[in-house]
Order: sequence, then C-alpha cells, then structure tokens
Amino acid sequence: MKSSEIISKLPYQEPFLYVKTIDEVSDKFIKGSYTFKASSWFYKGHFKNNPITPGVILTECAAQIGLASFGLYLLSQQENINLEQVKLAMTSTTVEFLKPVLPDEKVIVEAEKMYFRFNKLKSSVKMFNMSGDLVLRGELAGVILP
Amino acid sequence: MTSEAIQARLKQIVKPYVNNQQNFENLTSESNFINDLEINSANLVDIVLDVEDEFDIRIENDDMEKMMDVEATVGVIQKKLTTK
Repeated sequence: MKSSEIISKLPYQEPFLYVKTIDEVSDKFIKGSYTFKASSWFYKGHFKNNPITPGVILTECAAQIGLASFGLYLLSQQENINLEQVKLAMTSTTVEFLKPVLPDEKVIVEAEKMYFRFNKLKSSVKMFNMSGDLVLRGELAGVILP
Repeated sequence: MTSEAIQARLKQIVKPYVNNQQNFENLTSESNFINDLEINSANLVDIVLDVEDEFDIRIENDDMEKMMDVEATVGVIQKKLTTK
C-alpha cells in the first residue's frame, strides 16, 4: 500500500486532518509529517494573542499518523480486507509534552508498533520539530475495524 | 493446573485494569470483566496478551470472544494448557 493511498483512505478531512506525508511504513514502524498552518482554527483561542498548538491537537496528529495511518497499513497487509469504510476509536493515551509547537511549524511523527492484536493497535510515539528536538512522547492505543 | 490456581493468577493479571475495587475483592467465577469489574473493553486485549505471557499459550479470535468473565477465561486457559 502506497503512502498516498493510506492518506486517501483516512476517515478525516479538513479542518481535522493532521497528516501531510507518510514517509516510511513497515510492519513495525511508521514515519510521517504535518505542518500546522498559522491559519488553523484553534490558534485564535489557544491562547489569546499568543498562538501555541494545543497539546490535544499534537496528540491527535500523533494518533492520526501513529495509530490511524499505521493501522490502515497493517490492516491492508491482511487478506480480503475492505479498507473503504474503516471505523476507528482511540482507546487510551499517555503522553508527555516537552516543547511548544508554534504556528507554521512542521513536525515529524515516528511510531513503533508495540502490538496489533484483535484489531487493537498500541504504538509508542515520538514527535520531533525541525530542529530535531523531541516535542511529544508517549503511548497511544486504538481500535481499528474494517 | 487446577482452576483455582488459574483463577488466582488471573486475578493478579486483571488487577491493574479494574475500576470496581469492591467487586474485585469479592471476585467469583461469575465475575464479568466489563459489567462487574468495570474494565474498559479495549483493555480486554491487554488482559488476553498478559494471559498469553503468564501461561505461555496462544489465544485466537474465537477464544478471545468467549473471555468475558472469570469462569469462561479460566476454561479457555485450562483447555489451552492441556493441548499445549
């Protein structure tokens, strides 16, 4: 499954799609990126006159790459799976935030599979900024059903 | 292994996922993971994976679907141990 195909099958759209590229994907690992546009809806309120990307949005970005995109790829490796209408649910998050992400910053998300069993994917995720600094790390889990 | 011995080990496995401590302390073979112990259904997968490690067995999809309470889970583990 190609990277562009993975993104096209994600069940998100603007203004809640937080995946721009998938750069690497295998049975064990995925790497993708996203740039938080300065015009994004949440900067007007978070915070007043001091736009910083909300942690919940960073977590969403990490999950759309490290769980949803990764899960779609892993499902596509199984036989006879219809990926047209996958259903997703995030089931747990444990994350730490280490640095702020400002408007127009690009981030790289890397996720390693901890397990994918009984349609539940658990990933260990890291998010880096363009200086190579770690901005988020944690563990995410979700259920993905074809 | 006796079903009592399996249940004692299972009790330790489910402990970190339990949200109803009172029902956990009074655990019986009829205790249901979701209704009585108030475990998040997504954590049933973690319990199954922990059971696999603890007893060195492999659980398949149709076994997993049965593992909703203590008695059924002990039954699946016992069956897997005898056919190992």
